[in-house]
This record gives sequence, C-alpha cells and structure tokens, in this order.
Amino acid sequence: MHLDHTHDGPAALGADARRPDGTRRALRIGLGGPVGSGKTATVAALCRALREELSLAVVTNDIYTREDAEFLLREAVLPPERIAAVETGACPHTAIRDDISANLEAVEDLEDDAGPLDLILVESGGDNLTATFSKGLVDAQIFVIDVAGGDDIPRKGGPGVTTADLLVVNKTDLAPYVGADLARMAADAKAQRAELPVVLQSLRVEPGVRDVADWVRARLAAWTA
Amino acid sequence: MTRATLLVLADGRFPAGGHAHSGGAEAAVRAGRITGAAGLEDFCRGRLHTAGLVSAALAAAGAAGLDPAGLDAAADARTPSPALRTTARKLGRQLLRAARATWPSPELDALAARFPKGAHQPVVLGTVARVAGLGPHDAAHCAAYEAVSGPATAVVRLLGLDPFEATAVLARLAPELDRVADRAVEAARHAAREGTEALPAASAPLLEISAEAHAAWPVRLFAS
Repeated sequence: MHLDHTHDGPAALGADARRPDGTRRALRIGLGGPVGSGKTATVAALCRALREELSLAVVTNDIYTREDAEFLLREAVLPPERIAAVETGACPHTAIRDDISANLEAVEDLEDDAGPLDLILVESGGDNLTATFSKGLVDAQIFVIDVAGGDDIPRKGGPGVTTADLLVVNKTDLAPYVGADLARMAADAKAQRAELPVVLQSLRVEPGVRDVADWVRARLAAWTA
Repeated sequence: MTRATLLVLADGRFPAGGHAHSGGAEAAVRAGRITGAAGLEDFCRGRLHTAGLVSAALAAAGAAGLDPAGLDAAADARTPSPALRTTARKLGRQLLRAARATWPSPELDALAARFPKGAHQPVVLGTVARVAGLGPHDAAHCAAYEAVSGPATAVVRLLGLDPFEATAVLARLAPELDRVADRAVEAARHAAREGTEALPAASAPLLEISAEAHAAWPVRLFAS
C-alpha cells in the first residue's frame, strides 16, 4: 500500500519499506500455525541463534493471555524492551490478516523505542490451518506445524501449509511415539508446495533451529541487498 | 459526500482495531450484568446515552472543524479512567492509520504528526469524516453506532449469544441512536460558538471503574 508515497513527519502507514526518516525499516517475518505446534519455542530458538549477529525484536499475538510474551521474557531470550504483546480480541487471525493496525503499531513502536532493528519476528496466536499473515504486515511468513498434530496435515493443505514462504514440520523427535510418517509428511508437503521450502526440525536435538535460522538470514540478505 | 462513503467508514470491518475491544462488555459479562439479549440491550442503552453521546458530540465537533487538540483535551476531561484514555488513544491512532491509507490527505498527515501516539478515537473519527467528505451528523452516527455495535459483537463471542438476537438489539436501539446523534450535533454547534465546555459530559461510572479492573485481569479475551 502506498509504496510510492513519501511521508515527511507523520508515521508510516503499513508495508512501506522506508521509515519516515528515510531509513530502511526492519525485515518483518511472521510465524503462524496451529496451537501447540511450537511457534513460541521456534521464536525463542531463533532469538538465541540470531541475537549475537542481528538487532532483533518480537511481537506476540496471544489469544487471551500474555503467556507467549511472558514465556519469552522468562526464558530471557531478549531484553524486555524488545518484546511486545498485542491483544487480539478472541480472533488471532483478524489481527494478523484482516485488521493489522495494532500489529503495525507494535512493530513501529519497537523500532522507535528499541531500534535500529534488522529483524522483527511477529508471532501469531495459535489458530487454524487457514490463518495467514497480511502482506501489509510481514514481508515473509513461516507456518509451523508439528508431527504430533497428525501426519496428514501436509496432505490436507490449506493456505498456511500451501502458501507460506517456509513450512516448518516441528517436533520430528516425537515421530516414533505418535506413529507419524516423516517421509510421507515431507512428500505431501512437497506435493502441496512445489518449489517452496520445507524444514523438518526438532528443537530438542542438534541442529535444532539451524535450518530455519539460515533461511531467515537469506531473507534478510535479500531484504538489505 | 456520497452515502456509500458513510458505509465504508461505519462498516464494522473497517480495519481500525475495534475487533479487539468489547467496550466494557467483557467486564459486564464477567460480573453477571449481561447474561443474554436483554442484558445486552440494557448495557448498550446505558453506554449509548453516556459514553456514546460524549463520543458522538466529539466526533460531530471534529467533523465541523473544531480544533482537534482542544477536542482531545475535552475528551481527556470526560474520561476519568486512565485505562480508557489509553484505549481511546490507541484506537484513535489505529483509526488514523487506516484512514490515512483510505483517504490520503495532508490534514490527516498533520493530525498524525501532532499526535504520534494517538488522539482520542472520536476526535480522529470526526476529522476523518470531514476529510472523507462527510458531515457532523454522519460522524455522530458513526460514533454512536460504534458505542453499541462493539459490545454487541463482543457478547456474541463471549456468551455464544445468538448473533440474530444481538443484531436485533442494535435494530431496536436505532431510533434512540438517531436521537443521540441529533443531540450530539446540537451540542457540537454550541461548542463551535461557546467552546468545548458546551460538549456533553455524560459519564458512566461503572464503565470507568470496571475498565480499570478489566485492564488488570491476567486473562481476558478483549483488550478493553
């Protein structure tokens, strides 16, 4: 929206790549996916992996508590001034897709107060398989599912699985215990997503979040190129 | 103006952040003051004639071109609860963002520069209405309708209330809503001549008190 506008004085509107002072804003990456799939754990792991090399911040969208923000604070993955919580009025997908104004305020306030930032991770509240981020809010999105949620999810598809810039199949270490067929999940995901990348990961065993962190680094390199 | 412009601005799906707020309905549900359609109607009627009237008058005055800074101070004076003042500014900032993209104008850019963290939502609403080519009556209607439509939508989510019943509540309130809008516009006319002291200051103490309590809840569905 209004990429051709220059704003002198008042705040930016939405996806404008430049901040009002003319500098490039932080890259915004959304993380969505069903409840309990490991979004917050992935965000925490990404913060630990990237915080030495990048200036980053996190926005959480909890459904009815501040638990995700508090988890990140408790884990001390980032200083408190780099974590903001948005309240979503019982509809997490509305706040990341249909009415993104509160999230835009959060990302811009983080840049104003804790910036300059290279990267802002916007974590959705746990939702359903159709929840995707608006392009007015994020530059790229990661959809996180897990093997325990059922190994038929990649086959079922839906906007998150099919269109996200990166699909993460999390908790692969649990596969033997829940009877999930990882090869089938990978093949189904490939069939749904054509050339779009898929990462199978377990945060409990090496290499943990490494592949996702590498993907984020590549997006950031493209953003700042 | 066009009539359709009013529909765009008044649409509950206008992306200005209202979906995350219950207008005090969540606290009223928890306290047992709203348990069904009848309670919702009472709650909405009370809110319409208090906070709704004040908001509508501020919006009408903004649409008539009164100075936003003066109106914002008047809104502060009419909102005892710090939590509600914060909420009103947040929603004002969100509305301004959406409106600047929807109806680009130097006047809205100037308002954003003057209030980087947001002016009271009804004040912004009035200015937006004027920029969009709407008048004080339109702005007053929008504000009065928002005062009741937000809680109605929220109660559908909070109680599982039949959405048809909730919408019927809004329809029954429509004639009263028109009268509140008329009063608001009349008050805005007085304010243009006599200053913002002429704006109504109808308060709802329970809304103010419960907003403070609600803001401290650790677990809630709505931001206010």
